[in-house]
This record gives sequence, structure tokens and C-alpha cells, in this order.
Amino acid sequence: MYTLVYDGTFEGLLTAVFEIYDRKLFHVKLIKGEWLSSAMFEEVVQIITDENRATRVLRGLRKKLSSASIQRLYIAHMAEMENEESAIVGFIRYVFDSDINVEEDYGNKYVMRLSEILKMVRREKHRMEAFIRFQKLKDETFYAAVEPDFNVLPLLIRHFKNRYADQKWIIYDIKRKYGIHYNLHDTQYISLDFSEVNKHSDVISAYTEDETIYQHLWKNYFTSVNIAARKNTKLHLRHIPKRYWRHLTEKI
Amino acid sequence: MNAERITEKLNILADAAKYDVSCASSGSKRKNENKGLGNASNGICHSYTEDGRCVSLLKILLTNHCIFDCAYCVSRKNNDIKRAAFTVQEVVDLTINFYRRNYIEGLFLSSGIFKDADYTMERLVRVAKKLRTEHNFNGYIHLKSIPGASDELMREAGLYADRLSVNLEMPTEAGLKLLAPDKNRQDMIDPMEFLKNEIILRKEEKKLFKNAPLFAPAGQSTQVIIGATPESDQQVLQSANYFYKNFNLKRVYYSGYVPVLADKRLPALNTSVPMVRENRLYQADWLMRFYGFEVNEIVNEQQPLLDLDIDPKLGWAIRNMQAFPVDINKADLQMILRVPGIGLLSAHKIVSARKFAKLSWEQLRKIGVALNRARYFITCKSNEFERRDLTGNNIKQFILAESQSKYIKNTQTQLNLF
Repeated sequence: MYTLVYDGTFEGLLTAVFEIYDRKLFHVKLIKGEWLSSAMFEEVVQIITDENRATRVLRGLRKKLSSASIQRLYIAHMAEMENEESAIVGFIRYVFDSDINVEEDYGNKYVMRLSEILKMVRREKHRMEAFIRFQKLKDETFYAAVEPDFNVLPLLIRHFKNRYADQKWIIYDIKRKYGIHYNLHDTQYISLDFSEVNKHSDVISAYTEDETIYQHLWKNYFTSVNIAARKNTKLHLRHIPKRYWRHLTEKI
Repeated sequence: MNAERITEKLNILADAAKYDVSCASSGSKRKNENKGLGNASNGICHSYTEDGRCVSLLKILLTNHCIFDCAYCVSRKNNDIKRAAFTVQEVVDLTINFYRRNYIEGLFLSSGIFKDADYTMERLVRVAKKLRTEHNFNGYIHLKSIPGASDELMREAGLYADRLSVNLEMPTEAGLKLLAPDKNRQDMIDPMEFLKNEIILRKEEKKLFKNAPLFAPAGQSTQVIIGATPESDQQVLQSANYFYKNFNLKRVYYSGYVPVLADKRLPALNTSVPMVRENRLYQADWLMRFYGFEVNEIVNEQQPLLDLDIDPKLGWAIRNMQAFPVDINKADLQMILRVPGIGLLSAHKIVSARKFAKLSWEQLRKIGVALNRARYFITCKSNEFERRDLTGNNIKQFILAESQSKYIKNTQTQLNLF
């Protein structure tokens, strides 16, 4: 068993695939992280990201997969789910070892796993599109803090840019400490001074005049549309798991 | 803005609108043009109430003043409740401000009938027009078609709204006569008919002229109240099927009657909401729209009621044991879709995956098939399969015995006499 250590980038992952074939390694585990020379019990290989090698692997994949599938691979990797690198590498190896395009071979465990990962990532993306709550600040920027289970911010840009084309907005991932800022023309990745973002009171003091009123109206609306005779807490929690409540105006 | 007054109005007029269950914000294709506000495409549920229903649109009445006296409706003329009315501008401001904060997908606007149909419809249209033309708002708008409104107003409504709906209220004309003596079923069908033809016409036009305006791109829907009148599931579903087929409706909503009013024509106030029945009706509706079932296969003269214990697909399967077992690795997609425990996505995955290699139980489980139901009806790449010669009733008992159904407390054992 070999353990391959890579830098966590998609290019790094593709470089690792190159090394696997170049060195004819069969049983491998891929982990993200620092090079630890103290690992003595197993064979550890450090992968140094190499753009040429990554491009060669990508070119190979393009011959065997639809472009949608390559997109899916990229998204699955970007989500940063823990310990899923091996599944992604397993999928790539299965693709290279087959003569035909196997992207729909759901009987294969790697193809199925990739499909499951994508399902989870898409659900999280969709939840963010639903649960993000903007708060209007004095400088006319609409600010939202989020803590998604997976790294999905980059997947949200298109949706929010199309929808809120005429307002400035920031969506900030508190967990991963970066955000997206839209300035009426295009979007940029930003990172804020963390001590500032974290304090809810600071955000409140920056509210525009009518922000509190609309939050209050929304909470009222949310209570008014409930039908008490149909109460169904289990279903409610399945739709909005508690971990999302922290940032939902109507649940605070 | 007088925040207190608006809050009170919102509470009254949201409360009065909540029995309309339509919540969809999907099926449209309105783009955000010229850097305006919003778009409408796939539908998003932004929140969920404590009863588990989705909150997608700002669903309100323009007013709950009403000249009608429908027995089932909280806003009926003779009900002693607080009345309120929004101005056009108030609805516009609420919609825009909620939308900008990502609370909602758009607006669902209905109204009590004040003065007459045209007067009411004209106000609804005015809100939509203002949002579209003055605020460049491209979010979702669902307007109620007021029964009896003129063709001219309906045409204008279609130009600004994504979806329009007329509620049939009761599954049959007799039911409507009993509970809503002021309403006339033909008045509801007329605008539906007009819109259906107009939508077809505009679609043709759109093929010729790319710039032709959108016209109700998310189509029409309707709602029927379940359990206020004694119609059978067969009558309900046949009526739904009739409207799907003849009026190209996108959705029929089934709303379990919530007893809010005392009236000798209605179920008593302590009656519980028929939530299980409502759920079974939706399942049956899905079978008709996505799984290729005819309404007569689900309910008919011999079987006028849906089984509350089990879903209607399982119900069909145990009545039609001659159609099974199905070989998962060979059968047509149409037949795989009829297997209990296999949904749309799983069925398509199965058909894709089996081109590569035959599928086994373990693989089917991974793909997402509910084997606790499906295993009685299929064979796959395995020597293990159900060999006993079970009757449909046996299978039903086995499945119920091991299921943790959400409705298990409602199951009643029925003795079979023969």
C-alpha cells in the first residue's frame, strides 16, 4: 500500500493519477496535506503538482468521458469532502482501464459513489440558494453569512449573479473564511477581517434603516402561514435541519 | 411606511391565503433582462413551515373582503373576522423587499371578490403590471384567475404572470352547489378554457417571432378541497385527469379540508385533517403524470378508494400479480417504472447501468431501490428471489409488518372474510 500525499488542488490530484500509472502503483491511498517525513510504517510518496502531467491526464479523460462528467469530477473534488479522494481516483482509474465510456455504469462502486457525492453537493448548493438570507447594510450591500457542509460557494456565483444583477451583495462562508462579492459588474473572491465578520452585533449596527422592519415582517409572515392543525415537526426538520437555523431570519 | 399597520395587514391576509396549497415556483423560463431584478426558472423552496409545507412565494390575498358566502372559506361574507386590504403599492414593496433578501421566489396573489369579478381581477393585474414594467421584476408571479373575469383582463394577466390558476374548489359540480351556492362551475371553466387556447396560440406565435412576449410560461393549475364533501377518490382523480387532459393543466392540488368553520353542511370542527388521504392522492397524481398509469388502473368501480395503508403503486401491483416478477436486466423502462419501490431516477439508472453488466441485489440497493417493497416483484442477477407463491394480500401484510411507516398509527387491520 502506498500513500500519496498531494496539495489538495485538482491539478495535484491529476498529477497523482499520472504517478500511479507511471510507477505502476496498484494499492494506493491519496491524502491531502503536508509532507510528513516521520511516516515510517508505509511507503509514502509526495506528489509535486505538475501542470504538464495534469494536462496529459485531463486530455486522456476527455477522450473517454463526456465534458459533463469531467465537470462533475471537478465539482466533486472541489467540494472538499473528507476522504473522498480515493473514490475520485478510483473512478478515474476505472475510466482509464475500460475500453468504452463507463460514466453511466452505476453497477460499478466508483461510478455510483461519484454519483452519490454529486447528489450531496448539489443538494447543498440548492440549500444555499434557498436558505441564504441577505441583510441590507447602510452602503446598499446585501450581506449573507453561511456555513455550508461542503465547499459550494463557487457553484453559487452564476445563480446569484443572474438573479441579483442590480444590487451589490456578499455571500461569506464563515467556516472556510472566504466569500464572494458582487459589485454590480462582476464577482470577486474576498476574505474579510475575521474578528469583524464574526460579531453579529457589528452586522446589526451596519443595517440600513428598514432592515429590521423587513426581518420582522418576514418572521410574522412565516408564523402566519403555518397551519397549526397540520403540525408535523419531523417533516419540518427533514426539510430544514437544525444546523441551518443559525442563519435563517425566520428561525432565529 | 407604517410598520405596525403593514404587519397587521400582512398577518391577516397571509393567514387568509394559507389554505391555498399551491406553492410551485417552477416551470417558468423568465430571464433577468437588462440587469433588472430576479429570474424564474426551476423553483426553490426558501423555507418550510412547522407543518412541513414549503414556503416559496409571498402568498397573500389583496383583500379578504368578499361578497361570496362559500361554506368552506374563512373569508366568507358572513364570517365575523377582521378584514383588511393592501394597496397595490404595498404589495409591490413587500414583494420587492422580500425578494431582494432571498426570502422568496416571487408573489402569489389571490383575493376575495369585492364589487365584481372584473374589478377584482383588474387590481390583481395592476400589481403584476407594476412589478414587471416599473420595477423590472422578473421573479415568479402567480395570479388567481377570478371566475367570471373578462377575456381582455385574462389576456393582460397572462402577459405579466408566470402562472394563473382558478380553483375548482370542489371535485364535482354537486359538491360546489352544496357549499358555494354563489359560485358557478362554468364561470371557473371559462377563463381556464380561454387561457388554454391563448397559451397554445402564443406558443405558435413564439415559434415564428422570437421576440413575441412570454404568455403565462408556467401554465395553469387548480386546486380541489378534499374531505369537505363526500366524493370518492375515484371521482376526485377522474376529475383531475379530465382537467389535465382537456385543459393542459400543469398541476392539480389536493387540499385536505381544515375544519375552520361550524356549518351543518361541513365536517364537524373537531374532525382531523385528512392528511394521509391527501398524500395518497398526490402519489396517485404522480403515477398518472410521470409513471404512465391510466386513472382507471389506480381507481375504478371495484376500487373507488385509495388504500390508506399502502401507496397506490403497491396497491396496483398486488392487484396485478400476473404482471410480475419483472426481470430488472431485461424489462422495458415502462415496466420497471411500475415496480413498487423503484422511482423515476432509479429506473433510469437501472436502464443505463445494465448496458454494462447485469445488476445484482446489492447494486440495486446502492442505486436507490427500496428493496423491502421491490424484492417481491423482481428478479435480477442472483439465484435468490421470492419463490413462494404469495398472494397480493400476503405481500401487503409482509411489507406492512416490517415497515416503519410514517402512517403506521393509522393502519387498521381489516379482516378478510373470504
